[in-house]
Amino acid sequence: MPSLKDLRNRIASVKATQKITKAMQMVAAAKLRRAQTAAEAARPFAERMEQVLGNLASSITTSADTPLLLAGTGSDQRHLLIVCTSERGLCGAFNSSIVRLVRERANALMAQGKTVEFFCVGRKGYDQIRRVYPKQIVEFVDLRAVRTLGYDNAHGIADKVIDLFNKGSFDVATVFYSHFKNVVTQIPTAQQVIPAVFEQKAAGEAVPYDYEPEESEILADLLPRNIAVQVFRALLENQASFYGAQMSAMDNATRNAGDMIKKQTLIYNRTRQAQITKELIEIISGAEAL
Amino acid sequence: MATFTFELVSPERLVFSGPVTWVDVPGSEGDFSVGAGHAPFIATLRPGILTVRGDGTAKRLFVRGGFAEANPTTLTILAERATPVEEIDTAQLRQLIKDAEEDVADARTDEARQKATVMLADLKQVADALSQGSTTASH
Repeated sequence: MPSLKDLRNRIASVKATQKITKAMQMVAAAKLRRAQTAAEAARPFAERMEQVLGNLASSITTSADTPLLLAGTGSDQRHLLIVCTSERGLCGAFNSSIVRLVRERANALMAQGKTVEFFCVGRKGYDQIRRVYPKQIVEFVDLRAVRTLGYDNAHGIADKVIDLFNKGSFDVATVFYSHFKNVVTQIPTAQQVIPAVFEQKAAGEAVPYDYEPEESEILADLLPRNIAVQVFRALLENQASFYGAQMSAMDNATRNAGDMIKKQTLIYNRTRQAQITKELIEIISGAEAL
Repeated sequence: MATFTFELVSPERLVFSGPVTWVDVPGSEGDFSVGAGHAPFIATLRPGILTVRGDGTAKRLFVRGGFAEANPTTLTILAERATPVEEIDTAQLRQLIKDAEEDVADARTDEARQKATVMLADLKQVADALSQGSTTASH
């Protein structure tokens, strides 16, 4: 049976924790709003890019000199999985659910006899992947020092990926991130970026454009940029999802702490009353004995 | 004068959106101007100064990396970097030029060297245009 002092200490400590989780929830809520605006602001660029590339890709016929980034290397033996996760924890199952999707995909690919390698962005995912596939990580990008995600960060990552591709170290690249649906729902998503996939446009919709320089040259110029844009979008979505997940995780933690405080206070009061009653009985029976 | 909708989009935000009469664009194969009713046209950009003319006003922006898509009613420019000329940090531009010079020195293939040289020339031109602009403004 814990003493009254123990109970008091326990309640105080839970209260202190509750204050922290409450503060974290509010910080996450504020940052979520900013991350959401950033994700929305980035949308027009990505959409336009996709539209124009889609137009271009459908207008040229695949030939020997089609950029490899669009046509692929002709094999799908070696896969690169780009895993975008967060730098910090305390966000519920956010990172674990991304890594789970990655592991399912990786195991499925390896069961088919394909080679799988990992490109980790974000410390949390790196830590988890490292435990399962320690020898298959080719790159790890740490964004901890980055205060606000900029296009330059994405550009740096895309450059590394394209470098690896040009060196011929993989055939297919897929980006894994968490799609931000709303504050409580984040959906782990896989998106293939190399070779690029575009939605097929309905026939007759395409406008006849004049191109300067040639279509194929524009395509060669834009495809690497498109990868940076895709990575940027994934990072922004991820960030918004992260704050969403953190907010709901901290909301839960605050509520649990509240429940715990209520329960502990009840026990504390009962024990205190029991002790008072006991003392009274002792005094009264002592007085009666005289 | 006839106007058309001009949108300048960078990955981070929508930089400009509104009706304009005329836009000068630094295309990778030469500068071109777009007015209302332009034929459908797609071109890539080189680093340079973009001039937007509205009703009697002109706005100059430094753009880098991307492409322009024109059709009779709209012009959309997607640029990886788009900064109003007034906000350009000369130190930053100097850094870019330095990086480009290193790229030229480090280039291993002829093709890469040629690309880097073109990039360097473009950046220098921008720097020249800017320094001229600021001296004329100070007179």
